[in-house]
Amino acid sequence: MLRIEKLEKSFGQNKALAGLSLEVARGELFAFLGPNGAGKTTTIRILNGLSKFDSGLAQVDGLDLTKKPLEVKRLCGLVAQHTNLDGELTVWENLDLHGRLYGLKAAQRRQKALEYLDYVEMTDRADRLVKTLSGGLKRRLMMARALIHGPRLLFLDEPTVGLDPAIRRKIWALIKKINQDGVTVFLTSHYIEEAEFLASRVGFINQGHLVTQGSPQALMDNLGQWAVDIYDQDNHQTLFFAQRHEAGAFIQSKALAGSIRRVNLEDAFLSLTGRRVS
Amino acid sequence: MSAWLAVYLREMLILRRRLGRQVLAMSVSPLLYLLTFGLALGSSVQVNGHAYLEFLIPGLAAMSSMTQAFAMAGEINVARFYLHVFEEFQAAPMPRLAYVLGETLAGLTRALLAISMVLLLGLIFGVKLNYGLAFWSALILNAVAFASLAVAMAMLVKSHADQALLNNFIITPMAFLGGTFFPLESLPSWARSILSLLPLSHASKAARNGAFGLDSPLSAYLYLAAAALIFIFLAIWAVSKARD
Repeated sequence: MLRIEKLEKSFGQNKALAGLSLEVARGELFAFLGPNGAGKTTTIRILNGLSKFDSGLAQVDGLDLTKKPLEVKRLCGLVAQHTNLDGELTVWENLDLHGRLYGLKAAQRRQKALEYLDYVEMTDRADRLVKTLSGGLKRRLMMARALIHGPRLLFLDEPTVGLDPAIRRKIWALIKKINQDGVTVFLTSHYIEEAEFLASRVGFINQGHLVTQGSPQALMDNLGQWAVDIYDQDNHQTLFFAQRHEAGAFIQSKALAGSIRRVNLEDAFLSLTGRRVS
Repeated sequence: MSAWLAVYLREMLILRRRLGRQVLAMSVSPLLYLLTFGLALGSSVQVNGHAYLEFLIPGLAAMSSMTQAFAMAGEINVARFYLHVFEEFQAAPMPRLAYVLGETLAGLTRALLAISMVLLLGLIFGVKLNYGLAFWSALILNAVAFASLAVAMAMLVKSHADQALLNNFIITPMAFLGGTFFPLESLPSWARSILSLLPLSHASKAARNGAFGLDSPLSAYLYLAAAALIFIFLAIWAVSKARD
């Protein structure tokens, strides 16, 4: 569905993408994980025509982004990291204008707006001005808007950033539903638990290039099942064990102050890059 | 092909919600100019055989068409830098021309509203002139030129603060030097030559001639049409520069 090869992008002296290559298969829910400034948003902006790139190749469904930009855009939907709705317009007007931008006929726009308002459970808010909605509702509306024209590939840039945990869970359920309905999802996040919960495959990006990729479980299994965090004055060290009793025995044998927990994707990222995602 | 309409409708929906405030804001400056220059200073002045108020109204209409059309730049910048709505347009499968067309037509609509307010104020002040095709053509071309220039500038500036600078250094001087308040013929020839480069000078002259029932110079319309065309191409180019 999505193919990126040796993508490069610089902002002055700062190299945002340094030869990024990755592929996302049709129907996947791919999470792109990395710390702030790693190149996640730059990648999404390039793939949606908001930024230019210096060199490399980007294809969606076999269509080259530089040669067929409008056709590629028609296949994609974007939910940006920040709210980019028209606050002075109503929910319905925001959806209708999006439909017009993508060339939908009046009857289609009406049908799709009704369908996706129902999908995100906002039918009763169609006539509300967007500026009166909560952050969670705005995020759901942005998803409905991004789906109205029937994209095959949906980009979600930090879809739950700034939302409280309860709303975040609702958004996660919605993302799962969208993916189960056949839309390929490309998600960026620096919330580890978000990627663990949602993604069928994860890619780690650091300093503009892909460090590794694989299923969340496979990436974590490379380290072991259990982690021991040891705090020694200013130092924090994490060690990994296949079995819980091995981890417990280690702490006892060393007479150290430490805590045992399950290995997570943050550990996998940290072990590969020396940096934390979040 | 409905994408340009989406851009235009968005601006119109916003304008409709703010219509009262907007009309009031559009009327303040012309009203002040009419009171100060027209009534207070101009009551004893005649220009080319016309009362100064009669001279002033077409000039104010031309100036308002310019300022209100160019005010689109501010709206676009708010959409670009604060609301991020511009990203929605960038991500949409729409040619750059569609975006430029939608915003330019929105600027033209605002300009037509502003011109109507000036003419209404003129009527209230007892000024009745000939607002026919020659008058409106000049002002429509002027508005299209400045609306498309607004799109171009809004794409090229890096922040909203830069936009304010453009207004201070380009639009405000042009408003005072483009033949709104005094006949350019009264200036030395070197000054006339420089000021004849301003599209507003041509718009004021053509609109005023039209309003007075005189022959309007074809060159003025051609100049305005050429300016509009150049600024539209500049805007189309600038939209692609706005990426990043």
